[in-house]
Amino acid sequence: MKIAYLDNAATTQPRQEVVEAMLPYLRERYGNPSSIYSIAREARAALDEAREKVARVLGADPREVIFTSGGTESDNTAIKGVAYANRDKGNHIITSAIEHHAVLDSVKRLEKQGFRATYVPVDSQGMVDPRDVASAITGETILISIMHANNEVGTIEPIEEIAKIAKERGVYFHTDAVQTVGHISVDVGRLGVDLLSLSAHKFHGPKGVGALYVRRGVRMDRYIDGGAQERNRRAGTENVAGIVGLATALELAAAEMEHEMRRISKLRDHLISGVRERISHVRLNGHPTQRLPGNVSFCFEFIEGESLLLNLDMLGICGSSGSACTSGSLEPSHVLLAMGVPHEIAHGSLRLTLSRYTTAEEVDYVLEHLPGIVQKLRAMSPFGAEAGFSDGCGVRGARETAAKAK
Amino acid sequence: MYSQKVMDHFTNPRNVGEIEDADGVGMVGNPICGDVMKLSIKVDGDRITSAKFKTFGCGAAIATSSMVTELVKGKTLEEAMDISNKAVAEALDGLPANKMHCSNLAADALHKAIEDYLARKQGKTSAKRASGEG
Repeated sequence: MKIAYLDNAATTQPRQEVVEAMLPYLRERYGNPSSIYSIAREARAALDEAREKVARVLGADPREVIFTSGGTESDNTAIKGVAYANRDKGNHIITSAIEHHAVLDSVKRLEKQGFRATYVPVDSQGMVDPRDVASAITGETILISIMHANNEVGTIEPIEEIAKIAKERGVYFHTDAVQTVGHISVDVGRLGVDLLSLSAHKFHGPKGVGALYVRRGVRMDRYIDGGAQERNRRAGTENVAGIVGLATALELAAAEMEHEMRRISKLRDHLISGVRERISHVRLNGHPTQRLPGNVSFCFEFIEGESLLLNLDMLGICGSSGSACTSGSLEPSHVLLAMGVPHEIAHGSLRLTLSRYTTAEEVDYVLEHLPGIVQKLRAMSPFGAEAGFSDGCGVRGARETAAKAK
Repeated sequence: MYSQKVMDHFTNPRNVGEIEDADGVGMVGNPICGDVMKLSIKVDGDRITSAKFKTFGCGAAIATSSMVTELVKGKTLEEAMDISNKAVAEALDGLPANKMHCSNLAADALHKAIEDYLARKQGKTSAKRASGEG
């Protein structure tokens, strides 16, 4: 069966060049970089080279790059590490309502340990207002963490402005750039960030490896205790093959970025306008222009996301949804809810994310089949354009009941 | 994650729609939670002769709705009242654990439709009595 893989925000296909660059470090060059003999020195040299490549792409110094097990570890390290190391200065952290759970749950844990947190809201397009961040800063604020771009709806946040505010007020600023590194230009100097998280498997590298940029001079405790690896900032024998894969993937992505950004954005816009032309009662989630080149996110009214995904899967189309059924909880996506999308509409969300491997044929294949699937599910739904969501059981009453139950 | 039977009923749902001159209609669930089922039935004597559904929900919600319309056909009202959500899930060779609670409402919709039918009948009888015909 034909496969149209359109879930690249979840993970991407590793590039052949990346796999090949990694293989020697899984075979003959298996030495521990901390040892002194030749196969270990080869591994050490590969590690150093990878760090230099990553630093070059990010506009950083190699000493400012810490390799981790992925975006989640980078986020946990940045937030908890900065909070613990700066507790003497204050106990307040600012983040946004639409962060990845690696950030939100780290901040929530800190709240349980006596820190205070402010979750700044977003507008209906998922955009953080830098003024909200500025007004949330108190004398106790030690860290601001706002994502570079949102993984669900693709909105690119005004990071440079927020970083400027943070700098003026003497507060550390971390950004979760897992969705942007390798996709749009990310230069730590230009962005003005103090810490930045990235993950290899989001840009055609391997899973299980990521990095954290930490500007020199930032006070941060280490999060993983043990050996003295990564200049004593992250213990554990380095994932050499993974790190080589990360650096290779990042270097390739950076070299092709301008061309791919243009090509993928064009496919994205074709998909968005095609869906809007063919299907009624559909809402585009996220910002219309300030969005990731590869992100398409819609809510289809009167239908539910999982049934949409199952139908797409039968045609070999891989997508994702923020419906409660697919999130593994009873609540639909916290991102859509924070943007003010009503619960019943958030259940009908569909995210399709493109990559360098996405073709125009795949996009056309989706446009050919999606309208029929939506139509089929709507024909089965007790709701619809005429009845709206109010037929029979009363959405408003139900919402009040749900609110009371909380 | 879903059994073959669930996927069969999800892909080719039986008895989709609304019976125009239904004898009873039941609607359960909540769009806020992501699952709503509307079931209409036709009754002849004390037997359910047909059932149709419309459902807003996930794969399990659609498959259980489809299954209940099959299970109930030809059953007496009493037998139909005995069909449980669990029995519907079992007829589909089971549902994933996380779906048992939230998307397994089809029997509830059926029971509501029967109650609606009985209430309508009751209403008619008392209306007739009130007008002195009964």
